Amino acid sequence: MKILVAVKRVIDYNVQIRVKEDGSGVHTDNVKMSTNPPDDNAVEESVKLKESGKVKEVVAISIGEDKAQETIRKALAVGADKGIHVKADNYIEPLGIAKILKKIVEKEKPDMVFLGKQAIDDDCNQTGQMLAAMLNWPQATFTSKVNLKEKSVEIVREIDEGLETIEVNLPAVVSCDLRLNEPRFASLPNIMKAKKKPMEQINAKDLGIDLNNRIQQIKVEEPPKRKAGIKVANVAELVSKLKNEAKVL
Amino acid sequence: MSVLLVAEHDNSKLKPFTLNAITAASKIDGDVHVLVAGANCENVTKEVASVPLVKKVLWCDSPNYQNYLPENLAPLVTKTAEKYDHVVASANTFGKNFMPRVAAALDISQVSDIIKVSSPDTFIRPIYAGNAFATVKSNDKKKCVTIRPTSFDPAEKTGGSAQVDKIEAVDVPNTSKFIKREETKSERPELGTARIVVSGGRGLESGENFKLITDIADKLNAAVGASRAAVDAGYISNDHQVGQTGKVVVPDLYIAVGISGAIQHLAGMKESKIIVAINKDGEAPIFSVADYGLEADLFKALPEFLAELNKLNTIQK
Repeated sequence: MKILVAVKRVIDYNVQIRVKEDGSGVHTDNVKMSTNPPDDNAVEESVKLKESGKVKEVVAISIGEDKAQETIRKALAVGADKGIHVKADNYIEPLGIAKILKKIVEKEKPDMVFLGKQAIDDDCNQTGQMLAAMLNWPQATFTSKVNLKEKSVEIVREIDEGLETIEVNLPAVVSCDLRLNEPRFASLPNIMKAKKKPMEQINAKDLGIDLNNRIQQIKVEEPPKRKAGIKVANVAELVSKLKNEAKVL
Repeated sequence: MSVLLVAEHDNSKLKPFTLNAITAASKIDGDVHVLVAGANCENVTKEVASVPLVKKVLWCDSPNYQNYLPENLAPLVTKTAEKYDHVVASANTFGKNFMPRVAAALDISQVSDIIKVSSPDTFIRPIYAGNAFATVKSNDKKKCVTIRPTSFDPAEKTGGSAQVDKIEAVDVPNTSKFIKREETKSERPELGTARIVVSGGRGLESGENFKLITDIADKLNAAVGASRAAVDAGYISNDHQVGQTGKVVVPDLYIAVGISGAIQHLAGMKESKIIVAINKDGEAPIFSVADYGLEADLFKALPEFLAELNKLNTIQK
């Protein structure tokens, strides 16, 4: 079996983002970037399935500017076999990303596509589901457990009410939750080895897809700030404030 | 032109967040039609029909829709959407699961998780874990929108009498199978709609110690929340997680105990009306959003807090 795993380069999850004063977006210059966290889980699970012998090949793909290659190299360093970089310099909406991934799926013919359930920058939570619909494949979203069988995969999903177990036929799209596994760190020798692994480069505009964005970003602004609060000295004062000042008890 | 809203329910009862989504839908267009797809879900159609903001109910009953498998549900929504300008649903694990499939089938760029309707084509949505608000305009002819339920008031439940039209089921691909759902049963209020939420983090140190949190929650008739760290550590189940990738809550009172306040947690609770933080680390980021901060050891503070609450006689039930 073969897995295509999609990774996105985003502002690191620990960075406190700053909104640009002109309302055009957020500052990205000199800001630490890293792999979208649940995409790390997607890579880890793909590599684990390869190590278990059930999967033969793991191909990592990222779509974006040249630096997206760093994100692919990181996936290669933890065990992916080959990288595909689809070069695109502008922001592409999930709909366009799903269309690009569909083209690559048609070429690579994987049995499963793994990816994070959501990117922590635009917080859209769409790409995996859109890709599955375009391919007419079933999907498993918010995956926290994977049991790969011969022609299907049994999945435990995190839903608002608790946990849900489903079984989807292969081929399928699997979107990964943060509790699926504990992503490993790449060792230095593996980072060196990853530099020699193959990386295919494709230009997004050569794929013959309409990638024009349909959603116009009018402005980006800071959310209203909370008024600074106070520190209370002890529990009695806290309860008194909640009762008499905030009137919530 | 009308807006089509997809109802969330368990085949016998409507899920409360659908009422919030109805309010949001009515701000896009007054002619709100609600699709109720399920198995033996007639009771749900009655519930929806009595919501005054709802103008029409579309009822599709088939065993294929019993468990809302997106492979089955999305084709029905896609077909029904033909006559509508907007398709909307709640931005929770229900709506997030199927709506992008509908959008892709219709070749529409979906607008996710809106917190405000500025006009029928312009919406405000949080990005970067709520650290920025983006105003976006959809230029697609038809629009697929998911709604953050806690940003809209629930619609009035009774007084309406919308017409209920039965519609035909559509073919399903038979590529997915529902096996089971493990729901956490609780006597406490639901996390998403509770007036008070008491949340615990890694500072609790164990699942047993969460009793300190649940004791207070029970006293206040509150829901129990948790940080991702506490869920990851196995102290409590995932359905309690508050944050960017968990649930977003907007209670009147949010009490964060032993939670440092990572950006991802703040994303799920910082719109709460009053925030209390109890943490022994005075520098913890949670204090930057707290109205009332108590720098203290939670293992001493929580029993004292419970004792003080027991002295009050004004707690609303």
